[in-house]
Amino acid sequence: MIIAVASGKGGTGKTTVAVNLAMALPGEVQLLDCDVEEPNANLFLRAAVTEREEVHMEVPLIDNQACTYCGKCREICRFNAVAIVPETRVALAFPELCHGCGGCFAVCPEGAVLDSRRLLGVVEKGKRSTVKLVQGRLRVGEAMAPPLIRKVVAQAEETGITVVDAPPGTSCPVVTSLRRADCAVLVTEPTPFGLNDLELAAGAVRKMGIPAGIVVNRCDVGDGRIRDFARREGIPILLEIPFDRAVAEAYARGELLVERFPRWKERMLHLHSRIQGLLVPE
Amino acid sequence: MVELVVISGKGGTGKTSILGAFAALASRKVLCDADVDAADLHLLLSPRIGEREGFWAGYKAFIQPESCIRCGECRKKCRFEAVSEEFVVDEMLCEGCGVCAYFCPEGAVDMRPNLCGEWFVSDTRHGPLVHARLGIAEENSGKLVSLVRKQARRVAEEKGLDMILTDGPPGIGCPVIAAVGGATAVLIVAEPTVSGHHDLERAAGLARGFHVPVLVCVNKADLHPPSADSIEQWCRGHGHQFVGRLPFDPVFTRAQLVGKTILEHGDGPARTAVMELWDQVRSFLGSGLQPSFDREAFSGKS
Repeated sequence: MIIAVASGKGGTGKTTVAVNLAMALPGEVQLLDCDVEEPNANLFLRAAVTEREEVHMEVPLIDNQACTYCGKCREICRFNAVAIVPETRVALAFPELCHGCGGCFAVCPEGAVLDSRRLLGVVEKGKRSTVKLVQGRLRVGEAMAPPLIRKVVAQAEETGITVVDAPPGTSCPVVTSLRRADCAVLVTEPTPFGLNDLELAAGAVRKMGIPAGIVVNRCDVGDGRIRDFARREGIPILLEIPFDRAVAEAYARGELLVERFPRWKERMLHLHSRIQGLLVPE
Repeated sequence: MVELVVISGKGGTGKTSILGAFAALASRKVLCDADVDAADLHLLLSPRIGEREGFWAGYKAFIQPESCIRCGECRKKCRFEAVSEEFVVDEMLCEGCGVCAYFCPEGAVDMRPNLCGEWFVSDTRHGPLVHARLGIAEENSGKLVSLVRKQARRVAEEKGLDMILTDGPPGIGCPVIAAVGGATAVLIVAEPTVSGHHDLERAAGLARGFHVPVLVCVNKADLHPPSADSIEQWCRGHGHQFVGRLPFDPVFTRAQLVGKTILEHGDGPARTAVMELWDQVRSFLGSGLQPSFDREAFSGKS
């Protein structure tokens, strides 16, 4: 079962919930950090990284010897990643603009489009007690997170529980992270920003057909607007977590809350049982 | 024309609250919300929408069932696994590359322009605001970021204003790259946590890659002062301008709950700290494009 922890708004506690949930559950659990732009789960889990694999995207390199400047590659590319000027016999690829669709390779009649590679980032694996971690780390300067996220998601195991720590927002990186999820936990806070972004996230999981529930973090700092929204939309509130300065300080130091506060272990186990309720048709 | 872009790497550090306060303090400026994925600035500024336009970007493939002979060429060629076994394109997976349409022997694939969202030019009590709404689960957020920044520049030129204050997205990927390029400076709002520091380093690395000067402040600094200290030290060691600390203060949330910036809601240490922060940022912007400069020179407020 894949449980995705998401939220439209950043900084609401996604990573805290994902890591502590994974640590609280009995038996082996997989944790996938799909927030490849800013992977934070392992700052708290602190698993030793034992495997590291570079992830590349196949991008074109044009062989000027073989190229006849027919222009077919330029014609198929919708991302302006190839420039051909027959008059001056210039054929150039711009790998940083390439989306990896493979069109130029498929269309070239001369076999003049050669495989080149652009480094997207790395996928790393490690383990800490019962939690098996897979994390993606986007190269700083790389624009395209989704292909790297796809590699992380592809590591999800068929059996057992997999917890996905998704990136903030509601656009393609989130959609890619949630693609195989069985259910989603939307972490938010009871403020205008929290609600606005929760509405977007709830819209995204609905569009994807993924059952979802809400975790209200810092439930005592704002007002009742998340509860009203949840009631109106028929989305269950799975857990409410009050603000606690001691917890915020422990988080700041990078501590695992389930190890420091027994209450957090109970909370996470309760959350897990509520999540299972999401999957039972009413 | 100067443009300050507020980013953070990590989400939820207080970018929008701080930019909202700057909006109340700065004069002669255009505001721009470039966090198009989850735009929140309008919640503090109650905009009255003036211009409103659709944001069209890229294409989506549609297979016409009556022309499709189910040969499987599109499924074989699609690198994004967007064509189902029933030969229906999943819009959320389609990248709009058109490879399926190119190779379809029957011409059964239409490439249709894609409406990804909307953008607006609004009036607020703190000046013009350019903002946008990306459609749910849509792509092309980087292009929309570039578009709202371009429109903000146009509005500033039309109205003779000389500053743009831009609320940027979290992360370091495509929308952030689109938000940072060509800015006068970025202000990175960090928080004094292990993740806050980690994410700051990556965001600062990205800005440096684009040769944009980096200013750094720490929000909620008193939650863990040792982390705030180590962030300040890290900035000094890496040539980034450390411009101040803000306290952890529920007044930020209280102001947000009534749709106001912190400057318009109550008094207290957080308000003073934000005003001091703005002084530092403004002197930097005023000094023009100086990548490194003497902290002493602007510690005494004029």
